[in-house]
Amino acid sequence: MSREERVYADPSMNMENEEYWKATKQGKLILKKCDDCGETHFFPRIICPHCQSSNTSWYEASGKGRIYSYSVVRRAPIPYAIAYVTLDEGVSMLTNLVDCDFDDLAVDKEVEVTFRDTEGGEKLPMFRPV
Amino acid sequence: MTRSCKAYIAGVYEHPTRKATDKTLTQLHAEVAIGALKDAGLTMKDVDGYFCDSTVPGLGGLVMAEYLGLDLSYIDTTETGGSSYLVHVGHAMRAIAEGKCNVALITLAGRPRAEGLTSLPARDTGNDAPERGFELSYGPAVTNLYAMAAMRHMYEFGTTSEQLAWIKVAASHHAQHNEHAMLRDVVTVEDVVNSPLIADPLHRLDCCVISDGGGALVVVSPEIAKTLGDRNVKILGQGEAVKHLNGGKIDLTYTGAVKSGPSAFSEANLKPSDMDYASIYDSFTITVLETIEDLGFCEKGQGGKFVSDGNLISGVGKLPFNTDGGGLCNNHPSNRGGMTKVIEAVRQLRGEAHPAVQVPNCELALAHGTGGQISQRHGSATLILGRNDA
Ligand SMILES: [Zn+2]
Repeated sequence: MSREERVYADPSMNMENEEYWKATKQGKLILKKCDDCGETHFFPRIICPHCQSSNTSWYEASGKGRIYSYSVVRRAPIPYAIAYVTLDEGVSMLTNLVDCDFDDLAVDKEVEVTFRDTEGGEKLPMFRPV
Repeated sequence: MTRSCKAYIAGVYEHPTRKATDKTLTQLHAEVAIGALKDAGLTMKDVDGYFCDSTVPGLGGLVMAEYLGLDLSYIDTTETGGSSYLVHVGHAMRAIAEGKCNVALITLAGRPRAEGLTSLPARDTGNDAPERGFELSYGPAVTNLYAMAAMRHMYEFGTTSEQLAWIKVAASHHAQHNEHAMLRDVVTVEDVVNSPLIADPLHRLDCCVISDGGGALVVVSPEIAKTLGDRNVKILGQGEAVKHLNGGKIDLTYTGAVKSGPSAFSEANLKPSDMDYASIYDSFTITVLETIEDLGFCEKGQGGKFVSDGNLISGVGKLPFNTDGGGLCNNHPSNRGGMTKVIEAVRQLRGEAHPAVQVPNCELALAHGTGGQISQRHGSATLILGRNDA
């Protein structure tokens, strides 16, 4: 299961999402929810994409979800699995699947969040099978 | 039947080059522009509307207007990736209908091979793009993004790699007759599924080629069309749409064609079963399969069955498609396939496709473009075209 992993580039950040990256650094996955319409959205932003309210607030996600879809890039110098994971909170996010046998992956498989260091010391949320 | 229309495609040109080491980008744009105007029987002096995407260097279309010596009363530089040119045709038609221009020139060119590009990373939208931090570090590439659409379609509808392979097989049957096509060997379903996996579940032969080149279109008013003979093609309907990730509520099993298709058919007062031929953007086999479903050629989820057993092969199946070999076999200039889709549809309606793939009595045709990534954000545009006497 231990496999060489890619060097992960630092994510670009701005005022709308720096809280998210502060949280991942502490091993937490947080999401943005709209206080007016109640919808969670992803990627996080100041203005709700569903009702355009600017009353949006952060909350901690369960970190649980299922694989919506994935693809193993076998011909890359270091093979990796890219995926969309649908979180229990209802939104899907682009991510990588790690700590897994690529041949055992399947759509709808249950996964949980884990974190990987980037080259500049940030942390990226990724997912592994439960 | 004589259908009315607001504008005609009077000229088309596809650059024959597939690797343009000896040509500049602006030279390629100029060569396709000259080619399409010659095909129409017009000159650069007749052009009063110019349409291009970001493959033109510099600010919008300004540099190209100057390079070509154009005197413009209308300009549109809408950028929706490989669907841009089908968007431009619709915008040109409306600008002409409003009397804002009479002869609209649309160009595309690119030289990714000359610049050494061998595979396609996802487009980097730049530091200000709000999604960037949530995507780039995970290694998105054009192949794995389309692969995830294929994987989900397989999960929901039981679509198989063999069914996707039939799309490439059909394209290769057509490409064998195209002297300019990059891949001219006829392939089998087995050849496709036995080619190396690039990004599960897509194999090497599920992917389009990378090529240099370009193309151009000339769209004219009905008054000008009347002076140009009988090779003009009627623009009967056009529709466009943008689909994105919708705040994280995603569904990768369909494309923006679910909106652009009905919009175009409605404007033309026609339906999918009326089409004699279809050019469908084919960055990957899955792009074709989802688009065919979304345009209404078959039920959602039935695309795998629809494309199988040669149903897309001219002279064999019910829906002859991409008779030039498409992006899968012929070319994919600047990684943008919409332009060549329109050009081959025009050839079919003029009866000027290769005799081996020409659809007999081709009267009505569809062309569809997709731009961006179907697993992220993309533009879709659909054109319904008719023969001069349609
Ligand atoms: Zn809201």
